[in-house]
Amino acid sequence: MWQQIRSNKIKSAVLTISMLVILSFIGYFIGYAVDSEGGGWIGLVISLIIWFLMAIIAFFKGGQMALSITKAKKIKKEDHPRFWNIVEEMAIAAGLSKIPDVYIIDDPAPNAFATGRDEKTAAIAATTGLLTLLNRDELQGVVAHEIAHIKNRDILFMSMVSVMLGAIVLIAWYGSRMLFFSGSGRSSSNNSGNLALLIIGLVFMILAPIIAQLIYFAVSRKREYLADATGALYTRYPDGLASALEKIGNSNIQIKAANDALAPMYIASPYRKKGHKIDLESLTSTHPPIAERVRILRRMGVSGLVSYEGYEKIYETDSKQRTRADSIIMGNAAMGMTAVSIREAYTEDQPIGLGNLKRTPDARKIAYNSSGGNYIVKKCDDCGAVLKVSTTYQGKNANCPYCGSNINID
Amino acid sequence: MLILWIILGIVLLLAILYIAFFNGLVGGRNQVKNAYSQIDVQLRRRHDLIPNLVNTVKGYAAHEKETLANVTNARTKAISADNASAAERGQAENVLTEALGKLFAVAEQYPDLKANTNFLALQEELSSTENKISFARQFYNDSVLRYNNRIEMFPTNIVASRGNFKKEQFFEVDNQTERAVPQVSF
Repeated sequence: MWQQIRSNKIKSAVLTISMLVILSFIGYFIGYAVDSEGGGWIGLVISLIIWFLMAIIAFFKGGQMALSITKAKKIKKEDHPRFWNIVEEMAIAAGLSKIPDVYIIDDPAPNAFATGRDEKTAAIAATTGLLTLLNRDELQGVVAHEIAHIKNRDILFMSMVSVMLGAIVLIAWYGSRMLFFSGSGRSSSNNSGNLALLIIGLVFMILAPIIAQLIYFAVSRKREYLADATGALYTRYPDGLASALEKIGNSNIQIKAANDALAPMYIASPYRKKGHKIDLESLTSTHPPIAERVRILRRMGVSGLVSYEGYEKIYETDSKQRTRADSIIMGNAAMGMTAVSIREAYTEDQPIGLGNLKRTPDARKIAYNSSGGNYIVKKCDDCGAVLKVSTTYQGKNANCPYCGSNINID
Repeated sequence: MLILWIILGIVLLLAILYIAFFNGLVGGRNQVKNAYSQIDVQLRRRHDLIPNLVNTVKGYAAHEKETLANVTNARTKAISADNASAAERGQAENVLTEALGKLFAVAEQYPDLKANTNFLALQEELSSTENKISFARQFYNDSVLRYNNRIEMFPTNIVASRGNFKKEQFFEVDNQTERAVPQVSF
């Protein structure tokens, strides 16, 4: 596991440096525009100081800020024994040095996030909507995903980068207005070379926040895939997280405290368009499409083995984004790790994990295109998954959500 | 003179590598120990919960003497195996898991018992402890695998053999008993 974290660190460093370069450029241009002799370096230093101060605040207070913005309440074990126990279970599976603090957000929209700067200050928060919607397997999958974020050091890194993004946006916004209304008058009297430089600087200042944001989102998406894979390794049960994501994706309740800075932290994007499910992968999304994440996890469940290598392979084969050559599990170091077999589902409302009890894999039965009412049961010939198909479903064929093969429905 | 410097440089590099590998192995060994103690904590927690569970079930299903006695006996044996090897301990704990499974299956027949809040709380607690045991075991076995690999693989194996690092035992689960169909006669 540590190798993959190390190669993660390298990519993260490249990203951080490129954002730092953008930040320095902006600072330099503003300074240059105000005073063309030596002003550039002063501007650069000032912009770095602004970023540094913001980073220090985020480092020590970022976790608490996220929890207070979402109005999360710290709970004791007696308040919600099941949620508490699951967090403890996953912390043990990941070998964390301390069990994270457990928080609950009073909100009907199902979502969860992890925060803190390291294992010792980590906290996990879930909404009441999530806790009522999911069964034990699914909740375990979500918590495993969040614990994976903690173990992979995502939470500190993402909060540091989001602060840098914030600094870039802030400086570019004030800087460009400052130049328009005051600085430009003084500088335009100089020669035309300076003017050209200023125009380039202005264009750059407008583009910089957008570029920085796109880099940030791209990294956020990769880390979501990685946390899914790591989480599946912890639970040894990818179907748990898959069906949790299906339920979260099907919900169209908008979370109350959705906010741009917090969006990448959630397990699934907190934004809901009216009547739309979140499914489009675009440059501006913080999360990969839920359908894609579910597909990879489901197929991993069908294959019966969990490994980073397997996750990567499934992502590459018959993916909609086949043109994208880059790896989602970062670094080749994660390859070659031995695959481990998955366990079976827990039976709801029964003693869990007690060896001799019969376990039904009912988490694999999902409603296919059901809008309520009656349904017929269909079995997929290729992978054996059981589908419930609504009688109101119009088509004659359906794609199996687990293996993608075509099933005839009549 | 130059050759001397090169030799000195190589010696220094080897020394640094030796120290790094040695520390890596110590770290691995400590992680294995730490992981084992985590299993220990959870196993003890299970042993502590069982008397309470047996008493609660007794109040509703007193004539299930055999099942209850099995659980109590398995618990006693598991406790006495506390200081045995990982393999022996695993065996004793498996018997206990099996006995508990039967107890919960029997409890299904008593609606009053199933509605008892104390019983439900105990059930969640034991189930979760059971999970924690298996996740702790999973982490322990992963740690042992990584540590053993380092002991066997080049170049860390050279450091391992000189520093007296020994391979660790896996905490095995008997798949045969764990996957067997419950044999509860009604």
